[in-house]
Amino acid sequence: MTALNIEQLRKTYDGGVEALKGIDLSVSEGNFFALLGPNGAGKSTAIGIIASLVNKTSGRVSVCGHDIDEAREAAKANIGLVPQEFNFSVFEPVESIVMNVAGYNGIKRSVAKQRTEHYLKQLSLWDKRKAPARQLSGGMKRRLMIARALVHEPKLLILDEPTAGVDIEIRRTMWEFLTKINREQGTTIILTTHYLEEAESLCRDVAIIDDGRIVEQGTVTELLSRSMMETFVLDVDKTSLPAKVGNFALRLRGDGKAEVDVPQGVAINEVFLALSESGITVSSLRNKENRLEAFFVRLVQSQREQGSQA
Amino acid sequence: MIERLIVERVAFATIVRKEIRRFMRIWVQTITPPAINAILYMIIFGGLIGSRIREMDGVPYMDFIVPGIIMMGIIINSYANVSSSMFSAKMQFFIEELIVAPVSNFTILAGFIVGGVARGLAVGLLVSVVAFFFTDLSPLHPFITLSIAILTSIMFSLGGFLNALFAKTFDDISIIPNFVLTPLTYLGGIFYSITMLPDFWQGVSKLNPVLYMINGFRFGILGASDIPLWQSYAVILLFIVALGGLCLSLLNRGAGIKR
Ligand SMILES: Nc1ncnc2c1ncn2[C@@H]1O[C@H](COP(=O)(O)OP(=O)(O)OP(=O)(O)O)[C@@H](O)[C@H]1O
Ligand SMILES: [Mg+2]
Repeated sequence: MTALNIEQLRKTYDGGVEALKGIDLSVSEGNFFALLGPNGAGKSTAIGIIASLVNKTSGRVSVCGHDIDEAREAAKANIGLVPQEFNFSVFEPVESIVMNVAGYNGIKRSVAKQRTEHYLKQLSLWDKRKAPARQLSGGMKRRLMIARALVHEPKLLILDEPTAGVDIEIRRTMWEFLTKINREQGTTIILTTHYLEEAESLCRDVAIIDDGRIVEQGTVTELLSRSMMETFVLDVDKTSLPAKVGNFALRLRGDGKAEVDVPQGVAINEVFLALSESGITVSSLRNKENRLEAFFVRLVQSQREQGSQA
Repeated sequence: MIERLIVERVAFATIVRKEIRRFMRIWVQTITPPAINAILYMIIFGGLIGSRIREMDGVPYMDFIVPGIIMMGIIINSYANVSSSMFSAKMQFFIEELIVAPVSNFTILAGFIVGGVARGLAVGLLVSVVAFFFTDLSPLHPFITLSIAILTSIMFSLGGFLNALFAKTFDDISIIPNFVLTPLTYLGGIFYSITMLPDFWQGVSKLNPVLYMINGFRFGILGASDIPLWQSYAVILLFIVALGGLCLSLLNRGAGIKR
């Protein structure tokens, strides 16, 4: 069974922006899936369409086997959504926000009460249950939206940048929590994030979307082995660098260190040779740990180059 | 199938409860001003000026204006409740909580409308209680009185919903009440019988839908009306079907709420 199936999905907004240019995507049940892509790639648009918040231009979407056009209610019943922007009534107390959404999903009050307590406790918001939502901090608001999305215990949980603006500690507990419901309740999870090290260590499958198209898709391990490129981080003695030395792409990072991409099978000596010829001294070298991020950056860069040539 | 009905029923009850709690929480803003207005009308028009007029359509002037004043409260408040509730749900985006839930658009609409009717009737009841201090009226035809009140409240709640769907700013939800609703209500024969008007203006008045509601309601209370009762029901029902249909088709297309 697939939790989500998307075929040839397109969206052109009223203003004429073509946000999705025909994407195909399939997410198996029980998966922990990351949808990655730069700002404006179309991630939130795709999520909006899946959750019926955005009207699609064309294509098909089905959730747990229910087509969102033909069996809209059944599809919606299986989705829990944590949107990118806050969308709750700021004057409403935390507890009644979650209770109301349980009601909208047809859950009787007695059951809704128990579930609300359970999820607010799980997300460390129980103390705040009487507080109006506007009194919550940014990270608490995100957690409130997670509790709200889970109260009807959906099979598919979609989170649009759940860790944006959340501190490291909470981010870690949030990931642990998501991993737990994925393992224990079998909830399929789809999320978007700009923290690629998280996606690399936690997600099973990944799709990378850029400019309204899916440019890569597969398991994290597949993608990394397909990348055929190793990235090294160098301590260099220069504050400006050429874009290339020999055949190797070179990037200066914000912290003053340099990154160099080396195709697999090429001897590292050649990199040093090229660097020496350009008069660059390297004082230390290490492997880039966040390999998915390196892959992502290269992929998006090469897309941009192709785009500017076309 | 039964399961679906249960979901719709629970969702409906949730929306209604939330809507009623919303206006009860801010009752000073939502329930008391119309009562104060009504007191002023009854003192000024009914008491001070009315004492010079004595009778209209064969009933004491105070008794003549009371049904219209109650109706005005119902009309304005039903409209205001739904337009402001729906519009703030749109502006703060929490309408999305309902859009992503497995609830039919009919249930969403019905929930908001029942909320508006609750506010309209609450105000109507309060104004009626106030009216007891000025005159001892009791409805001659309770069923007609109540049914006209509820149907009118439904109609203007639908109007408020429609307004909120189209509104982009807070100004957009005050334009219609100020420039359309209030004039139509005043010209709908609250304070005078249209039989007093020249033929031409009687004809023009009959184009005003509010006239049919106020007269239908007045018939329920006093047994006197400028309009045949069936016409009152026909006009209100026609508007309910038209406005309700429009609201639903807009909701189904996602107009004003989806991107
Ligand atoms: N309501 C809208 N009306 C018009 N254009 C829109 C609307 N929402 C998004 N867009 C455009 O569609 C494109 C995709 O936007 P989208 O929000 O889906 O990107 P995203 O991948 O979620 O980006 P981010 O990482 O910044 O959240 C962008 O060009 C954006 O400007
Ligand atoms: Mg986004």
